Amino acid sequence: MSVHDHKPEIDAATGVGTTGHEWDGVKELNNPLPRWWLSIFYISIIWAVGYMIAYPAWPMVSEATRGVLGYSSRAELAEEMQVAAKAQSQWRDQIRDLDLTEISASPELARFATRAGKAAFAVNCSQCHGSGAQGAIGYPNLNDDDWIWGGALEEIHDTIRYGVRNDSDDARYSEMPAFSEMLEPKEIKSVAQYVLSLSGLDHDPNQASQAVEIFADNCADCHGEKGEGDVEMGAPKLADAIWLFRGDSDSIIRQISTPSHGVMPAWGEKLSPTTIKELTIYVHSLGGGQ
Amino acid sequence: MSLWAKHEKIEKNATLLLVLSLVVVSIGGMVEIAPLFYLENTIEKVKGMRPYTPLELTGRNIYIREGCYVCHSQMIRPMRDEVERYGHFSLAAESMYDHPFQWGSKRTGPDLARVGGRYSDDWHIDHLRDPRAVAPESIMPAYGFLEQTPLNLEHIADDLVANRMVGVPYNDEHIANAKIDLISQAQPDGDNSDVDALIERYSTPFGIDPEAPNVSARAFDRDPEDITEMDALIAYLQMLGTLVDFSDYEPMADANLR
Ligand code: HEC
Ligand code: HEC
Ligand code: HEC
Repeated sequence: MSVHDHKPEIDAATGVGTTGHEWDGVKELNNPLPRWWLSIFYISIIWAVGYMIAYPAWPMVSEATRGVLGYSSRAELAEEMQVAAKAQSQWRDQIRDLDLTEISASPELARFATRAGKAAFAVNCSQCHGSGAQGAIGYPNLNDDDWIWGGALEEIHDTIRYGVRNDSDDARYSEMPAFSEMLEPKEIKSVAQYVLSLSGLDHDPNQASQAVEIFADNCADCHGEKGEGDVEMGAPKLADAIWLFRGDSDSIIRQISTPSHGVMPAWGEKLSPTTIKELTIYVHSLGGGQ
Repeated sequence: MSLWAKHEKIEKNATLLLVLSLVVVSIGGMVEIAPLFYLENTIEKVKGMRPYTPLELTGRNIYIREGCYVCHSQMIRPMRDEVERYGHFSLAAESMYDHPFQWGSKRTGPDLARVGGRYSDDWHIDHLRDPRAVAPESIMPAYGFLEQTPLNLEHIADDLVANRMVGVPYNDEHIANAKIDLISQAQPDGDNSDVDALIERYSTPFGIDPEAPNVSARAFDRDPEDITEMDALIAYLQMLGTLVDFSDYEPMADANLR
């Protein structure tokens, strides 16, 4: 049992006072808190007072106290960004001021721009175009020389800056009509076979030959007479086995009947002009640049 | 010494200890929290911020229902690495109509505070149907069922009323037209849709030029036939972080520093 009403006494063995609590003859010593602990406790209180004077702390009537150091996390960020920009200014100022052909003509500048562009690509573009720019269904491969909107520096630059079929007024735009309302299902089927024949894929030669005229009348304006594509129209080359969407006959039939259209955001609204130039140099360097 | 001896009374009396602890904690709360409600500079003055449209608000409800916040934060902190990856740091103003806010601190996936406009609607559809289809290493669950779930429009006006009660400035007209505004945004070509009225309601009262609105109306899930939960969620995602007009914002102005 525990007893609480003992008188505090001096413990004979240690010379320390007891609290007066006793459990079955076991008494509780009343040791003071360790000195090191107490010191840290009091120093923390003093530190807190100093902190409140030095840094923003107390909410007053119209705003909080700003602290004698005048610290602001947002101002600190601005400074940090400036320091970082300065560290790279040797390269980035030139990239900002020169035009794309001048940048790519200078091996050193081009090397820097390619690296910076690669980093920006990983953050902003890889989710659609793939981490190696290899593309995916509906998102073009940027490593090959098959360009929907053109592979020259200026053309790539404009595609990245303004995007494709987005809300911005300068975006690249074109629309393939839905032929389900203009052609018979049979005609669509045979023109799909013709499209397959253009790139030498497996097809039914009978059906394909029936569609030569249909293609010339309906498709050649955009895709070219031999399916070579047209970057002015954003109409992909059909005479190769590289597909933006799928290359099986069912998918091609679907594309002709009710076409899908790729949409790409306008990066000029989100990234700096220098970053857009770096991305351009990087994409151009991937192998297909013209 | 006698003061310390009196402390023993508190230590030995559980009820007294509890009451006094509450008193101490509420002093802290009053000093730290209460001023945020009267200090003028808690929320930056910005152009473009407006309450969410009914479609965006429903999308936000789905976001919360599905627990997207468990893996995604909506708060870009003022640090270089975050600003370089996600864009301008988040302002207090940008979450002033959020009840509850979605700042979060758990980032299994990326921050979503400025995801609006970064991707196309098609990408969001592909990604929500099967995240692995566009990000092979993704561990995000698939949410394709949202596309098959028709949106429940029954309580949309009540939702606006509830938000008004906690301070979101919806007016009577917003509430009376909640349902038609929702339909207009998801089916701009629908028979009863009136996109101009929707845009007017969500620009002029908030100082936004109706000629340059920040509401966009389209079939977000690509299917104009019916309004699904996918429409609402993508409308919400595509709006995130796009409202404030930063061309008008001066980050180094005295009132904006903190
Ligand atoms: C939301 C997905 C998405 C993102 C993110 C994206 N793109 Fe694209 N991009 C597309 C689509 C879709 C197309 C094809 C447009 C079309 O169908 O005409 C495209 C086309 C392009 C083209 C033109 C290809 C050609 O053949 O002409 C370039 C260059 C390009 N993107 C670069 C980029 C860069 C650089 C970034 C990052 C800053 C980026 N893209 C981010 C979806 C995206
Ligand atoms: C008004 C111009 C136009 C006409 C006419 C047109 N197309 Fe297209 N077509 C396009 C555009 C633009 C795209 C690419 C959409 C995109 O970039 O997302 C396209 C894409 C395609 C694709 C997909 C290519 C791929 O790489 O996946 C096929 C196949 C196709 N068209 C076939 C046809 C056929 C067959 C016809 C005639 C019946 C036709 N098109 C008529 C503009 C046109
Ligand atoms: C289990 C955790 C988890 C949950 C729950 C989750 N996500 Fe994700 N999310 C991720 C991860 C990881 C990524 C990065 C890989 C990717 O793009 O899929 C991601 C990426 C994203 C992205 C692309 C962001 C960017 O900038 O690249 C969006 C948008 C997104 N999620 C939306 C959602 C929505 C909406 C929900 C709720 C319906 C949700 N997520 C639920 C883990 C999650």
